[in-house]
Amino acid sequence: MIHSVTFRKMKNRLMNFIMLACTLAVLVPLGLIFFHIVKMGLSSLSLDFFTHIPAPTGEAGGGMANGMFGSAIMIAGASLIGLPIGILGAIYLSEFGGTRVSNVIRFAADVLSGTPSIITGMVAYTLLVVPMKGFSGLAGSVALAMIMIPIVLRTTEEQLKMVPGSLREASLALGVPFWRTSLKVTLRSALSGVLTGILLAVARIAGETAPLLFTALGNQFWSKNVMQPMAALPLQIFSFAIAPYEDWHKLAWAGALVLVTVMFALSLTARYFGRTKQAR
Amino acid sequence: MEIDARSSYCSNETETKVASVTARRRPTQDTKKVNGDYVFRCLTTLFALSILAILALMIYEMTGESMPAIKAFGWKFVSSREWDAVQGNFGALPYLYGSVVSSVLALLLATPLSIGAALFITEVAPGRMGAIVAPLVELLAAIPSVIYGLWGVLVMAPWLQSTVQPFLIEHFGFIPLFQGAPYGVSMLAAIFILMIMVVPIITSITREVLLAVPQSQKEAAIALGATRWETIKIAILPYGKSGILGAAILGLGRAIGETMAVTMVIGNAPNISLSLLSPAYTMPSVIANEFAETTSKLHASALMEIGLILMVVTLVVNALARLLIWSVSRSAKGGAA
Repeated sequence: MIHSVTFRKMKNRLMNFIMLACTLAVLVPLGLIFFHIVKMGLSSLSLDFFTHIPAPTGEAGGGMANGMFGSAIMIAGASLIGLPIGILGAIYLSEFGGTRVSNVIRFAADVLSGTPSIITGMVAYTLLVVPMKGFSGLAGSVALAMIMIPIVLRTTEEQLKMVPGSLREASLALGVPFWRTSLKVTLRSALSGVLTGILLAVARIAGETAPLLFTALGNQFWSKNVMQPMAALPLQIFSFAIAPYEDWHKLAWAGALVLVTVMFALSLTARYFGRTKQAR
Repeated sequence: MEIDARSSYCSNETETKVASVTARRRPTQDTKKVNGDYVFRCLTTLFALSILAILALMIYEMTGESMPAIKAFGWKFVSSREWDAVQGNFGALPYLYGSVVSSVLALLLATPLSIGAALFITEVAPGRMGAIVAPLVELLAAIPSVIYGLWGVLVMAPWLQSTVQPFLIEHFGFIPLFQGAPYGVSMLAAIFILMIMVVPIITSITREVLLAVPQSQKEAAIALGATRWETIKIAILPYGKSGILGAAILGLGRAIGETMAVTMVIGNAPNISLSLLSPAYTMPSVIANEFAETTSKLHASALMEIGLILMVVTLVVNALARLLIWSVSRSAKGGAA
C-alpha cells in the first residue's frame, strides 16, 4: 500500500516526536534522581560526615566515617583476591586460549556475572560465615571478589587480544622467554585498558549492598578487624533510608552523594585511561 | 719471554672467563626458560580454572544447602502460599508471584521506551546530541541499586501515595488492578523503580545492536526514497530484531535479580493480590530480609531454595539473551567481511 508523500512525511514527524518523547521519558526520572541526590546530599553533608561515626538514635549529627573506612578495606580485600584471578585468568584465555576449556571458562564467567549479587552473598555466608561462626569483613570481601572476577577477566582478556601479535613476536625474537613477554610486553602495552576495566570493576563493587547484608552485616561503631562485622557505606545508606528518623534520612542522602561522587570519579578516570589509549 | 708469558696468561684468563661465563649461562638460561614458561602456563591455567571452581562451588553449595527444604516440601514449595517460620511450613508462591509480576510489568514498560530512546540516539539525534546522551545513559546504568532504593522510598513512594495512587483509585478504581488504599510502598512502586533501573541497560545494549546494523542496509532504504521512520521500520529494526529482544531479556534478568531497590519500595508483605497498589514481596527481598536472622535450619534451607530458583531462572534468562545478542553481532561481522 502506497500512501501520499505528505502522509508519509507526517508519519515520519510523528515517529520522530515519539522517539524524542521516549528519550525524555528515559532521562527525566534519572535526572530527578540525580537532582535529589545533589540537593539533599549537599544540604546534609558536613565535615562531621567524614570524621564521625553515626550518632545514637535521637541525637543529631554524626557521620559515616566507619562505613567509608569499612568499604575501603573490603574493596581492597576483594581486589587482593579478585585481581590476580581475573588478570592471570585473562592471560590464560588470551595467550593459551582457543581450546574447549577456555570457552567453558568464558561461559562460567558469563554465568557468574549474570548471577544476582545477593546469591554471592548467600554463598559467602555458607562458605565463611557459618564455619567461622560469625559475620566478618573478610566474608564481605570474598562476596565482592566473586562479583569482581568475571568483570576483570572479560575486560582484561579483550584488551590483551587487541595487542598486535607482531609485538609478541618481536619480543620472542629477541630471546625473551614467553612468560616475560606476556607480563612485560603484552600486559604492559594493554595496561591502560586493563586499568580501565579494574576501575570499572571497583566502581561496581563499591556500590554493592546485597552481598554484604549477611557477610559483613554492618556495624554501628568503628570496626577495624576484618574478622568482625564491618560497616560499609552502602549498607549504612540502606539501613538509614528505611529507618523512620528524619536525621538518619539526611545522613543517607549525604552518603548517597558521596557514593555517587566516588563512582562517577572512578568511571571518569576509567574513561580517561581508555581515551588516552585510543589516541595513541 | 716475560711478555709472552704474561700475554698467554692474560689470554688464558680471558678465555677461561668467557668459557666459564658461557658455560654457566647457557644451561641455566635454558632450564630457566623452560621452567619459567611451564610454571607461567600452569599458574595462569590454575587461576583460570579457579573461576570454574568458584562456579561449581556456588552451584554445589546452593543445591546442598537447599536439599532439606527440597526433601521436606517437594513441588509444594512453589505452589503453597504458606510461609510460617514458627510452624516450619514454607511455600514460596507469593515471592514467585511478586518477582514475576514486578519484573515482567517493568519490562513491558521499559522496553518500548528504551527502543525509542536508542533509536533517537543513534538515528535521529544530531551527532553531538547523541554523543552527549549516550555516555550519560551509560553512566546512569552504573548507579548502585541502593541509591535508586533511597530515592524510591524517600521521594517516589510519598509522591505515589499523595498523587498517583489516589488518582488511579478515583478514575480507574473499577479495574481490579487499581483497587485498594494508597500505601505508597507497593507493587506499583517496585514496577516503577525497576523500570527506571533497567531502562539504561536496555537502551545501551539496543544502541550497540543498532550501531552494528550495516550502513549499506540504511543506504539501500534511503535510496528507495524511504523517510527516516520508514528506513528504521524496513531496514534497521528487522535487522536488529533478535539483538533488541536479547537486550530486553537481559533487562528481565537484571530486574528479577534486583534486590535492594525493590526491597526498599515494595512493602514486603507476602500477598498475592491483583491490585498493583497493595504491598507485595519478591524472591530476592525475602532473602535480604530474613536470611541473616533465620529461626531454624529449615528456614535457612527454604531461603536457600528460593536463592537456587532465582539463580536457575537468571541463568536461563541470561543464556537466552546472550545467544540472541551474539547472533546479531556475529551476523554483522559476517556481513562486513
